[in-house]
Order: sequence, then C-alpha cells, then structure tokens
Amino acid sequence: MIHDAKMSAQLAAGTKPALDNVSRRGILGGAGALVLALSLRPARADETQTAEQKAQKFGADGMPHGWRDDPKIFVAIAPDGTVTVTNHRSDMGQGIRTSVAFTVADELEADWSKVKVVQAWGDETRFGNQDTDGSRSTRHFFQHFRHAGAAARLMLIQAAAKQWGVPASEVTAVNHTLTHAKSGRTLGYGAVAQAAAELPVPTDVKLKDPKDFRYIGTGKVGLIDNFDITTGKAVYGLDTKLDGMLYAVVARPAVYGGTVKSFDDSEAKKVPGVVKIFKIDGGTIPSEFMPLGGVAVVAKNTWAALKARDALKITWDDGPNAGYDTDAFRKELEAAARKPGKVVRTQGDVDGALAKAKTRVEAEYFVPHLAQAPMEPPAAVARVKDGFCEAWACTQGPQAANDRLMKALKLPDDKVKVNVTLLGGGFGRKSKPDYVVEAALCSQAVGGAPVKLAWTREDDLHHGFYHTISVEHLEAGLDDKGMPVAWLHRSVAPTIGSIFAPDPKHELPFELGMGLVNTPLNIPNMRLENPEAAAHVRIGWFRSVSNIPHAFAIQSFVSELAHAAGREPKEYLLDLIGPDRKISPTEIGDVWNYGEDPKRYPIETGRLRGVIEAAAKGAGWGRQMPKGTGLGIAGHYSFVTYTAVAAEVEVDDKGQVKVKAIDIAVDCGPQVNPERIRSQMEGAVVMGMGLALTSEITFKQGRAVQNNFDGYEVLRIDAAPKVVRVHLVPTGNWDGPLGGVGEPGVPPVAPAIANAIFAATGRRVRQLPIRDQLSA
Amino acid sequence: MIKLTVNGAARSFDGDPDMPLLWYLRDELGLTGTKFGCGVSLCGACTIHLGGTATRACITPVSAAAGQEVVTIEGLSPDGNHPVQVAWRDQNVAQCGFCQCGQIMQAAALLKDTPKPSDQDIDDTMSGNICRCGTYPRIRAAIHQAAGQPAPATKGERL
Repeated sequence: MIHDAKMSAQLAAGTKPALDNVSRRGILGGAGALVLALSLRPARADETQTAEQKAQKFGADGMPHGWRDDPKIFVAIAPDGTVTVTNHRSDMGQGIRTSVAFTVADELEADWSKVKVVQAWGDETRFGNQDTDGSRSTRHFFQHFRHAGAAARLMLIQAAAKQWGVPASEVTAVNHTLTHAKSGRTLGYGAVAQAAAELPVPTDVKLKDPKDFRYIGTGKVGLIDNFDITTGKAVYGLDTKLDGMLYAVVARPAVYGGTVKSFDDSEAKKVPGVVKIFKIDGGTIPSEFMPLGGVAVVAKNTWAALKARDALKITWDDGPNAGYDTDAFRKELEAAARKPGKVVRTQGDVDGALAKAKTRVEAEYFVPHLAQAPMEPPAAVARVKDGFCEAWACTQGPQAANDRLMKALKLPDDKVKVNVTLLGGGFGRKSKPDYVVEAALCSQAVGGAPVKLAWTREDDLHHGFYHTISVEHLEAGLDDKGMPVAWLHRSVAPTIGSIFAPDPKHELPFELGMGLVNTPLNIPNMRLENPEAAAHVRIGWFRSVSNIPHAFAIQSFVSELAHAAGREPKEYLLDLIGPDRKISPTEIGDVWNYGEDPKRYPIETGRLRGVIEAAAKGAGWGRQMPKGTGLGIAGHYSFVTYTAVAAEVEVDDKGQVKVKAIDIAVDCGPQVNPERIRSQMEGAVVMGMGLALTSEITFKQGRAVQNNFDGYEVLRIDAAPKVVRVHLVPTGNWDGPLGGVGEPGVPPVAPAIANAIFAATGRRVRQLPIRDQLSA
Repeated sequence: MIKLTVNGAARSFDGDPDMPLLWYLRDELGLTGTKFGCGVSLCGACTIHLGGTATRACITPVSAAAGQEVVTIEGLSPDGNHPVQVAWRDQNVAQCGFCQCGQIMQAAALLKDTPKPSDQDIDDTMSGNICRCGTYPRIRAAIHQAAGQPAPATKGERL
C-alpha cells in the first residue's frame, strides 16, 4: 500500500472523509490489493533544445501540478481479480473514463470484463493536473497510463515468479492469467495481488509492442458507462442525493458587475418548503471564477426554491455594464478593426506589397457571443459542516473548485474536498466553478445541511462565461497570377483575460495562438494585428475558443481570394498552404503552441494538406453539383491536430440553407480510441453547424436577450445532415506526437458551410449565425 | 392527495399539486434518470411515458398524472435491455449521456407507434430532444437498428 505524506496526515487526522468510498477504495485498495504508483517518466530527451527551451516545460509537465512521479495514478487489484483504475480527468462526453481504463488494462493485460473505473476527487498534488480542457487528457496522460499498466503487470509477474520459485523471465501475464509454461502452472491476477503489492515499483518497465494492443487503437471498446447511461443510473452533478439534502437556486444580477441594492422576500417566504433566503455578495469585476452574487433561496425541493425565487422582489444596482448593447458594440469592434492595432506577427513589407498588388481584396467577418449550453446546466451539491466542506460537482476543474471553496469559506486545503460526478456536457463552461461555491455558501447559510444548487437554463444563458464577440478584418493583395503577396489580418475581440485582470484590452498569447499568429499560409508579406477591445460580460472558453472566429475568417477569406483570382478553391487553398514543410511555431510568433514543445510539435503543412485532401475525396470534390447546391471546404490546425471539413449544402429559392452532407477528416497523430475520435468529430460537426446556422447570444442594456432554447437555437436532429462521414487519417507511428480531439473538429465547420453556400449561390456569408441572411 | 403509479409502484403525493412531475420524480422519489434541461418543454431531457405517451415531465404538473401510469427510464425495461437501450449501447450513441434517457424514452415511444420509422419520421419525432454533444447521426442509426433496419454509415467509407 503506497500513499504519500499528505494522504497519511489526512487519514490520521480523519479529514477528507470520503463519502464516495468507491474512489477511496480505488486508491487504497482493500486487503490484498495491489496498489501501484506510476513512478516512471517517459524519456523526452532532445539534445537540440536550447537552454531556454530546456527550462520551459511542455505538455503535462507544463500544467499546474504536472503529473506525479510519486503515487498519483493508481491501479488496484482485488483478491477476486477485479482491476480498479482511478481516472483523474473529468468525463464530459469525450469518453476519457473508458480510454484511461482500457489503456491501463491493455498494458496490464487485463480482461476488460474485470476492469472498473473510479473517479478521482480534486487533488492535483496527488493526481497531477486535473484541468480537463484544451483537448489535453489523452495527449498528456496516455503514455503515463501505459506505464502504470505495464509496471503493474511486471509486479504481478515478479510475484508469481517468486511464489513458484522460477525466474520472472519464464512467467507470462496474458489476459488476466499468469503462466509458467515450463511447469504448466497458472495463477489468476487476484491470487498474487497482495504479494505483488509488497514488491517495490519497478523502475525499468517495457511497454507493449503496439501490434499486441488488445484495446488501444482498436476502437472496439464500448463506453464503460454505457449501461448506466442508458438506464438512468449514471450520476451527474444534478443527480447527487444525500440524506437531509436541501435544494437551492440563486437570483443573480442580470448585468455583469451588478449588485443587490435591496430585496423583499416577504412573498417568497410564504412558499411552502422555503428554508432560507439570503444575499450572496458579488459584483466584483473581474469576477474570476467566483459567484456573481445575488439572492439565494434554499428550500425542501427544487420546485419550491424556483417558486420562491420568482416571488422575490429585488432592487438591483446594474453597475458599469448596464449600457452593453451588442449591436452598438459590434460597430465599436468594426471601427477598431479598420485602424492599425498592436502588431502580433509581421514579416516582409505588407503596406508596400499591398500598394503594388494587381488586385486588392478586403473583407470583414463577425462571430457573436455564444453560450456553451451543456444539456446539464451547472449544478453542485455541497455540505459545509464542522469546518469541513465536501462538494460533488460536474466540474472540468475540481482543483480550481477546491481552491475557490478554500477562498470563499476561508478553509485550508485539507478541509475541502471536491468529488467529481459525470458531466452532462462541459464545452468550457464547467471549467469555472462559481456554481460549486454557490452551493457551499448555501450549505453554510443553513447550518451545514447538504444543499443541491441548480442552475436553470435561463440562469445558464443569462449569467454565462460567454464565447467572445469578434470582428476579423482581412486585406490581401494578389499578384498577376492571383496569388497573395500581402496579407493583413486584424482580429478584435474581448479577451478571456478580462475575467482575471481589470480591463485588459488585448488577446492573450493562447488566444492569438488559436489560429491567428500561427496561420500556416505561405505568403511573403504578412502582418497580423490585435486592436483593443473591452469586455462587458464574462468571457470564457467555448469548445475550440478563438479558433472559431479565426478559422471562420481565414478559411472564408481564402475562398474569397480564390474567387477573385478565378481559381478552384481547394487547389487555391492547398497552394496557399504551400509545399510540405515543418513550421516552427516559435518562429512565426506563437509562443504558446498549445503548451507543447515546438520541436516535437511543429506545424506540419503536409498533414494540413492531407486532411483537406481526405475531406475533399470523401465528399467527391469536383463532381458536378445540381443547381442550388454546392461544396465548400476548410482546413484548420488547432490543439496540435489537423482537421478539414467538406460541406455539401443546398439553398432553396427562399434562401433556406440545408446542410446535406459533411465529410470531416482528422489527423491527430496516434489514434488511441478511434471510436471516440469519430464520435467527437460527429459531435463537433453538429456543434459547429449550430453556431454556423442559428446560435447567438445578444445583449441589450447589459442583459442577455435569449432566455432558453427557443431564443438560443442549437442544432436539432432535423437540421443534422443525413450524411456525416468521419475520415481518420491513418498514422502508423505510435511514437508520434498525440494531438487533441475534443475541440479541433469545430473550427472548420462554419467556414466550410459558408464556402459551400458561396458555391451554391454566389453569395458570401460574412457573419454568423447565417440564419435567414440569404432570404433577404 | 394525488395517487399515481410510477414504474408499476403505487405512489401518493400530498405536496403542491402544481409541482412538475420532473421535480416530483427527481427530488421526492429519487428517480434522477429523468433530467432537467430547460424546464419549458424545449429540450426533451425530461421525457417520460405518461399513460403510454411520451410526455415532457418538466411542464406536466403532478396533478395531471393523477390516476395514471408513469414510466421513467428506470422502468422502461426490468433489466435495462429494451431494444432501444440495447441499440443505444451497440451504436455507442452517448457522449456525455445526459440527454440520452430522454432520447431513449422518446425513441421507444416512436417505435411503439411506428415500428419501421423513416428518417423523416425520426426527424419529426426526435427534433424536440436536444443533444448538445451532437449524437444525432448515431441516434438515427440506433433507432434504425432497434427497428431492425440497416443504419447509414458514418465511417468515411469513401476514403
């Protein structure tokens, strides 16, 4: 049994009581369990690195708390042979619980039917980074989980060899059975688990030859939570139930930075079942991840809480953002985009080349605010009692939640515990744990009874961390062959940095690095600028983040240039990407590169070209299209993965757009779980279509206008294409760099559709959502 | 006192008769397979069968279920092996899974009324159920499978 000092102290002090005994069992194991610590660091020697690069940390190493080389990722084997894998990454539909479990099981040579997964609580000191966003889980932890499984297998072999008195080299471990072939003896894993647990963790572990993978890369493993999900047994943030639990909702300020001036709860208190009504402080700008404030209602059931909230009479001070109007703000953004701004990448002489160009093309693109709108709105249960806070939450960042609970409740780290449920979608919203803090404040206010805090859909759309709002201004000068010799791109959008710092006006490196400064186009004179923009609402991550406006603008503009040049758009796009080469992100001004080593992760134009060709081939690019229909294409590099979409659309004579087919191609390097890569691409197509066609959050007088799924329209099945083909670009190299999967499918969808609409109608869409623009 | 049957068990409720069935099922009975997604009948996450008909529990007061039979996802099949549930697992439809109980309840009702649905039937019946993860292609495939029909391919066969 291996555990670190902090854990020992907590156990001794009786703190961090694990009501979810499942995960505690997973870590400590029962009697006779093998508990394994991952203690190996895969080699990443690169002698060509400069001293500065060596000092810089990449991948999981570069994330807060990195990953652990003391016990952090665990495998437990019970006497009956049951293997329990602890997964420390949140599952919001990407299937990471399944992928982590089968990765360990594969290297362990475990029988999949005997493998269980338990969810780690929020404790990055113990488990390594748990911030589940940025399309990072498999990318950062696949190799570490392989090592964990392989080391466990070796320990089982050593234990069996010792018991039999034979050399370990004569013992094999295959599919849950240890065999000594010479003597014909066999043992199950459970029979030697206890003896194996007493062995030191080996430091020299050989990973499987990928040709021997049972589960990894096969796409044959179904979702580990499939049965629970399809029978209603799966427990999400909104589903946690504790004895004596109360239910709460909060009335929040409609305007970011607003505060409660006064409130009258006399009518609300009359609602049967109401237990407590109290004010939550707020109004702070920047809000960071903390609650907005407002008035909380705690009741004996959700319905009573909702009725009482409706009966509250609250007088608000709307604060400094009461004038926010997205129509007016768009004009501000456009004005900013038409003037020079902060230069974020430059090469050659853009102004000189533009002046000499044979043809000049100019266009502006607009993408509105969006809400992530996961089907499960934010929800959490918390109990704050006897100086200890325990929470259960659908959170993408349990450590972030833990830290905000410490701050809000003024409790030390060992008096806070955040358990992670399944997430009913996340898309970036659930990286911000304001709702977990609200739940804890409610429990505290009622003296320690557990409280379930729910957000309604209206709450979710009115008080979100919205995708930014942006104007992209592009200018290009073409030579006499129609190829661009100059390219100017001004990107203007409020930054996510505005929720952390007072009034920053420029995008952060990670936003600029999402398809702006790392544009891999082969153009001699380029200048990219980021003029100023202020934020008036909470800006947050939305699946694929700044890649959405950047890809929409760039991939649409390339198509516009192709038209201006009289060229076929796919060939023109490939020409603009240019010959196969590896571009150093650092050399083109991307200091972020998704947190990955620029040596290991250069931008490979051949791979970008490859996915464009694959999507085009899938769609039957070049075929004769009936009147009113068209094919459009777009490719994009994001999250160190390459994706391209070919869209087939039909526009009827009323201007209604129907997407008939989508071909999406992805090259994410080694394909750990091809089945889930496909599902993520299919889902990205649907989400990308929603934001392309119908989704938009607007503000008037500082207030979000859309209330629910009637105003905020997301894609429904009747608008989903009948044909969605996912093309996984093959990789033969398991040592190659892993790319992200959760987000990269989204960015190319909207520009591919816009380009297809142009092919079908000759009309160019430059603002999202498309809605009925073509009806006019 | 409102009397009703939930998944075959007789129940009585003496609380607010206006309470939506959704909150009664979830908060009072602990049947959390019926999900909250919008509260106003726009997303279908709360779909149950009331008297055999697919119904949005979020806008149906408990009083409207008096004397009736309510079936939730927990009661759709004794062993969780309703053909729709099996097809959902075979096709690995779910991503986050949150909306899928409602989708399954809606699909089960569809197949009861229309055993061999066309794509148009599926669109017409299922378009009230939102999946934000975007599992629609697989929902179509799973419904076709449950109906014993061939499902369209999404594997990129042209490559």
